[in-house]
Amino acid sequence: MKQSRVVNVLFLLPCVFSFIMIIIVPFFFGLYYSMTDWNGISNVVTFAGFKNFRNLFSSADFLYSFLITIAYTVINIVFVNVVSFGLSLIVTSKVKRRNFYRAGFFVPYLIGGIVLGYIWQFILNNILVSIGMNMSIPFLQTSFLSLPHTVIWTMAAVNTWQYAGYIMLIYVASIQSIPASLMEAANVDGANYSTRVFKILIPMMANAFTISLFLTLTTSFKQFDMNLTLTNGGPATRFLDMPVKASQLLAMDIFNTATANRMAEAQAKAVVLFVVLLVVSLIQVTVNKRKEVEM
Amino acid sequence: MKDTRQLNSKWQVSGRTTLAILEVFTIFLFILFMVPFGMVVLNSAKTSKEIIFNAIALPSDWKQLGVNISLIFNNATVDYLGAFFDSTLITLFSLIVIVIFSSMAAWVLVRNKTVWSTVVFLAFVAAMVIPFQVLMYPLVRWLRVSGSFFGIRLLGTIPGIVFAYLGFGSPLSIFIFHGFIKNIPYELEESATIDGCSRGRTFFAIIFPLLQPIIVTVLILNGIWIWNDYLLPLLLLGSNGVVQTIPIAVTSFAGAYLKQWDLILTSTLIAMLPVIVLYLFAQRYIIKGMVEGSIK
Repeated sequence: MKQSRVVNVLFLLPCVFSFIMIIIVPFFFGLYYSMTDWNGISNVVTFAGFKNFRNLFSSADFLYSFLITIAYTVINIVFVNVVSFGLSLIVTSKVKRRNFYRAGFFVPYLIGGIVLGYIWQFILNNILVSIGMNMSIPFLQTSFLSLPHTVIWTMAAVNTWQYAGYIMLIYVASIQSIPASLMEAANVDGANYSTRVFKILIPMMANAFTISLFLTLTTSFKQFDMNLTLTNGGPATRFLDMPVKASQLLAMDIFNTATANRMAEAQAKAVVLFVVLLVVSLIQVTVNKRKEVEM
Repeated sequence: MKDTRQLNSKWQVSGRTTLAILEVFTIFLFILFMVPFGMVVLNSAKTSKEIIFNAIALPSDWKQLGVNISLIFNNATVDYLGAFFDSTLITLFSLIVIVIFSSMAAWVLVRNKTVWSTVVFLAFVAAMVIPFQVLMYPLVRWLRVSGSFFGIRLLGTIPGIVFAYLGFGSPLSIFIFHGFIKNIPYELEESATIDGCSRGRTFFAIIFPLLQPIIVTVLILNGIWIWNDYLLPLLLLGSNGVVQTIPIAVTSFAGAYLKQWDLILTSTLIAMLPVIVLYLFAQRYIIKGMVEGSIK
């Protein structure tokens, strides 16, 4: 038995050690730094209480980023889930080559936010604009990325292109696990297609919706890579009479704050992001789980 | 992944016309999804002038693709080939340590039902909700301080970033292995122990080979993430350090050749090609892995 205890400790050691070094220690330092005057240059870090958090509520760029992130998250959750649910219906239908389409819709997920951002920047700023010029379509002649009121929607559309194929896979797996007998019964009862989808399919997929909403919620909230290379926060706009960047989501605001050596402030923003994300996703999962039981 | 055929006849849309419309609509959607890739390929085979002149036209000479590719690989500012090599090493080593160490840890946590094993497991699970943004800056500072204390360079080196990927990757991986190992009957190990097999050997000779299907899942989930990851390499390796990764090289490249879309698009093409080629061959496993990883 003594030998087995040694093995236990040895087997756990690599993961536990890296976990402590990479996550636990930085996490508590992170909480502490958010309450200091840390600037990333000076080695002396002094405690400042909740000053950074208080300042956040009067900082236009943070408030704007916060609100726009929530707006982006809502738009994105709707876009991604509607599209991916539609795709999942298609690739489980009688359409020919459905497995080929299923594989194809997933491809954009593989390429990563950085590369994807450049590709779409080119498409939106060059290709669409040049189509607009050549065919004299006025609304295409200015890039959707250059207008403050279209940029967030465009980002959500690009994110949907990347993410829908992945969420689709979750819905497909869920559809395939529904007992065929249930659908057969509905068919015999003469329920039409939309009744079958809304009254039987969707309630049976409740668990998949919980997962998909959680995934889209958390990834939208932390969106960074695509934001950086697609818009880099632009274009400029005004909020509370202050100049702000129209598409600068929270994660990018944190990044830019830290790049300007306002490390403690960036850390305070990150802590707010953490708390909000934690609360919102807990609410989402609880509500969804309750719905799952009801259904 | 199960074949979709089983279910279809039971509930799906039927009727010749409806199905024909759906068929056409699907093809349209599929093309819509693929157009961006097509645009990258088309414009990677053009000169900068050609792109500005007409971004949608077919390239006048496909040889330009080779010219652009060689321009990128022979570029003086960004060592693309080096980044490619480093990215491969980092992804490979990270995957190896994550799979081996996470499965070891998960096995111990499953087979020892004590208070502390529950606490350790819950700590791993709880940590998954912490966003990277909270950890990233303290992590850099902490790795610099602790690295210099132990006399190891953790920043700017491959071992350093692999160690970080083990830390970030193991919680989810342990969670996935944990769920799988729970369902392996304990009797298998018992008989091995009776035969005089040591605990450590029991794991590697009996349990580890059984994990093969779930290892694929762990590899794919972590592989896609690590290969495409940007922020962690940027913070730990720096944007012009000795060790580089593909996403960093692409951004440095785009930063140095502002709006030179011929080169930027060719560099994105080179960045995504390996993943897509891999996907063509391992498509079945990748789809299955992604589904299992997210549903668990």
